Formats: sequence, C-alpha cells, structure tokens
Amino acid sequence: MMRRLKTRITLIAFGVALLAAPLVVRRPYHQSIMVFIGINALAATGLNLLMGYAGQVSLGHAAFLGIGGYTSAVLTVNHGANPWLAMIAGVALTVLVAWVMGVPTLRLHGHYLAIATLGFGMIVNVIFVEWRGLTGGQSGIPGVPEPSIAGVALDTHVRFYYLVWACVYAATVASANIAKSRPGRALRAISSSELAAQTAGINTARYKLHVFVLSAALASLAGSMWVHYINFANPEPFNFAYSIELVVMAVLGGLGNIWGPAVGAGVITMLSQVLQPAGRLLGDWLGRAVIDLDVPAFGLILVLMLIFLPRGVTTSLGMLFQRRRSAGEAG
Amino acid sequence: MTTASTKPGEIILETQGLTMRFGGLVAVDRIDLAVPRALVTAIIGPNGAGKTTVFNLLSGVLRPTSGMIHFLRQRIDGAPAHAIAALGLARTFQNVQLFEHMTVLDNVMIGRHTRTRTGFLDAALSLPRARREDRDAHQMCLEALAFVGLAHRAEDDATSLPFGQQRLVELARAIVAQPQLVLLDEPAAGLNTRERAELAKIITALPQRGITPLLVDHDMDLVMDISHQVSVLNHGHKIAEGPPRRVQSDPQVIEAYLGEEAAAC
Repeated sequence: MMRRLKTRITLIAFGVALLAAPLVVRRPYHQSIMVFIGINALAATGLNLLMGYAGQVSLGHAAFLGIGGYTSAVLTVNHGANPWLAMIAGVALTVLVAWVMGVPTLRLHGHYLAIATLGFGMIVNVIFVEWRGLTGGQSGIPGVPEPSIAGVALDTHVRFYYLVWACVYAATVASANIAKSRPGRALRAISSSELAAQTAGINTARYKLHVFVLSAALASLAGSMWVHYINFANPEPFNFAYSIELVVMAVLGGLGNIWGPAVGAGVITMLSQVLQPAGRLLGDWLGRAVIDLDVPAFGLILVLMLIFLPRGVTTSLGMLFQRRRSAGEAG
Repeated sequence: MTTASTKPGEIILETQGLTMRFGGLVAVDRIDLAVPRALVTAIIGPNGAGKTTVFNLLSGVLRPTSGMIHFLRQRIDGAPAHAIAALGLARTFQNVQLFEHMTVLDNVMIGRHTRTRTGFLDAALSLPRARREDRDAHQMCLEALAFVGLAHRAEDDATSLPFGQQRLVELARAIVAQPQLVLLDEPAAGLNTRERAELAKIITALPQRGITPLLVDHDMDLVMDISHQVSVLNHGHKIAEGPPRRVQSDPQVIEAYLGEEAAAC
C-alpha cells in the first residue's frame, strides 16, 4: 500500500539523517541541544501513544522521567551499579508505579483523569524534594556516571546523541508498527468510541492500562538518559512545567502521527533555548531577576495551536499535501 | 473457538425474568426471550418500549437488575461487554458507532479483534505471524465489504460516507467477527426504500453464513417481511409473541401502536 511505502521510505530517510547529523553539526553546544531534543522526543513518543492513539491524557508525565532518573542515580552513585542495569531497574520500578496508579485512575475520564495525573505528578515531585535521605533533596545527587558500551564510555555529546536517537528511532519504528496493526487499531477505536470498542470485543480497560504503562516506561528511559547525560539528578526538571512542556511537544508535533514527537520536541526544545536568554534580557530590562518565559510561552502556543492548528504540525502538513494532490488530480 | 452444536432451531440465546430498573423506572420488566439459531427473530414495540435497553443488557453494556441471560448455554448477565463479544455476540448501534478518523476498511478490521491475537510486542517487532494475521484479516474484511456492496469505499474515511452506507459498514464490522448472533439495533432507520430492500436481502442471507440475526425495529414492514418470529414489547413488558402474521393482528399489539399514534397527534 502506498501509505506504508511512504512511511517506510520516510523512516529510512530519517535514519540516514540521524546518522549524518553529527557530521554536519559540529559545535558542542548545538550537539548537546540535539541530545536534549532526543531525550524529549523519547518521552514525547510515549505520550503520543497515550494521548494520540489511545485518547488519554497525562499531565504528570515528568514524574515517570523522575522515577527512572532517580533510580539510575541512586543505584549507580550509592550502590555502584552498572548504569544499564540501573536503567532497567528504573523501567521496572516505573512500570510498577504506573500499573498501580493506572488501575484506579484510568477509570476516570476527561477532566478527572487529567486532574488525577496532575496530582500524581505533584506528589512524586514532592517525594523527590522531601525524601532527602534517598534523593538528596533540592541538592540532588551529583556525580552520576555515564554508561559504557564495550568499554567505551559515552562521555561525549556525539556518543550520547547516538544512544538517545537510536532509542528514539527504535521507539518510532515500534510506534509505526503498532499503529498499523491490531493493537493500534484497538487504541484508535477506544479513543473514538469506548462503547463500540467494548462491544467489538476490545478490553478497553486493559488496553488503556497497557499503553499508559508503556508510555511511562519510555519516559523512564528518557529520564535515566537525562541523568546520565548531565551527570546529575535533582527534582527541578521533573516538575509540572516539564509535564506541560511534554504535552505541548506531543500536541504541537501532531497527536497520532509517528513524526509528531520528534518534530514537537525539536521545536519546543529549541524555543526553550531561545526563551532563556530572552527571559534574562527581559529581567534586566525590568530590573528584576531572570524571568521564566517558558510557562507563558508554552501556554500561549497551546492555546494558539488548539485554535488554528489543532491537529498539530505534522498532521496538518500531511493534510495540506493531500489536499493539494487531490486538487491537482481533480483540476 | 469451537461452536456449540449447529442444529437449526436450537435456542442460542435465552433470557429469564430479565429486568432493568433505573432508580424508580422499570425499563424492562421480567422479559423471557428465546432466540433460535439460523432464523430471523425480531423485537418490536413503540418508542420507549425498552427494546434498546434489552439490547444493552444482552451485549453487556448494562448489568441487569435481576434475571438471567444465557448465550450458547453460558450465563452472561453481568459479564463485561468485551467478554460477551468474544463469546460470539456482535451488535450494531441505532446511531451507528463507526470509529472516526479511520478508514472504512480499518473500521471493519476492528471487527476481527476477537478472532486475532497480535499484541503490543508482536506488533512492535512486526513479527511474521503478526503480519500474516493482518493480511488474512485484510482479505476477510474486503470480502465482507463486498458482501454489503461497499468494497469500492474501503479506503475512504468511514464517517464521510452517507448514513445508509455507514450502517452497512457497521454491519460488515459485525459480520467479520464471525459471531453466532448479531444484534441489529434499528438497522432500517434512516434508510430509503431501495436501501431497505438491500438491507432485507443482506439480513436474510446471514444465516447461511452461520450468523443468527436478532433485530430490533420500530418499523413493522421490514420486520414482517423477513422475520420468522416476533416479540412485541410495550412499557418494558412482553405483550405478544409469535409469527409475524399472528402478532400483526393481535389486538393488544394494535392498541399499543395505535396508542402511540394517538399520542403523536
């Protein structure tokens, strides 16, 4: 089918572009931005499956990144564990937490589900801050080592870039495969009409839980990678603002589109980099400390998106091309 | 999944004392039904008689206040809807519940859910058995669409179709599940005369495919033409039952419908 061929070609092109990018982008600062984009894209991929395909919502996803990140930090720093094993342990713990939290929460709908995930995110963040014995509180856990592959430590931007984007690529391919198959159809059915999905034999509660746990697992991996990359774990990145950023990335990129997460992560991460100096300038001009422009900026983006481009960038572009093509055929 | 014995006329669905109460309102009051295999059975009655509620009870959308439902000799009252569907009971909806942002074909493919097994892992890794399953399902769904005359619309957005065709897509989705029983909720509503005739042909062809139709309708004509047995509900009670001719001339039935006409004036 034409659609599948197009997806396959785009995936190959994407892979080639990913491999080649570090050869083109040489400045370490820019390379590190690409790593951050990758980490965000990985988390956003999970969120895309949850929100885009299954029609659920999570306003507390940063918590899952945090659980993965802190597990990696605690196990490697305090117990000398191998970073890869620590990462797997992080995923295991996150899966457990997501499962336990998901069972009662996913029975809720709409606003109630959103608020429940919001509350969950806040509770976890408070735990990170207050459980000083384990997490080091606001000071965090410094000195988190990098993982190594075959004796080679991933201590350069480029090496970490390849690790992160290899994971993003695998997750994207997996998403594409899931989307066009039985579970993907089931998820889309659930997001459209849970009633009809159930009477068609879909165990909607179990599917929602599974995709929730899957999205949490991907977030956990992203969180572990973050902590290993900056060699530091602290509560600040794993908070509500970041949860919202992830949602904005997923929505901006285009929910239900496998390219959405990468595109959304790219735009928002780079925008964030611009907003930091902008915030500082604004702060200087107003005679105050640095002004955090992230939250108002992303709030504004979200509102504008929902008004003008509700399907997101990638989906809207796709629709634009389709309309041009059929107009060309008709004309 | 093995089928129970395939004797035509054997009762595949029965209810005993089926009752549904919503607070003080008794929507369905101690209804006994017996649906035989391979024959077209209908439930009719004026608006508000409780017909759709009965369907919701049978398909597991609602849990009965009291009473029993047996399907293929298994008790299903209180079972979750997806489990009942997996046993071989499919249904269509009065207001057509097609899945949005999906093609006609994908909508029908959902119907194969209970007959396929590919899970997240198999799908993510695109294993051969997952792809094979999809290919077979694809084939079967195209055939079902051809059966209802819509194979040429397979790649169109499902909700962009005219209403009558959406009904047929929903029917195709129910058919590919290879159910033993399909509940058709007001399948003729909103169809014109030609579409209604097409629908009648399709429904009467279902028993040959091993599917027993149970339909609910408000419209006497279609029901009388194709049904073997009719049960009449009014205000949640069963007031008559039997072959169409007999039911049609039953004074209680006439009064129930006349009463409705009078109320409509």
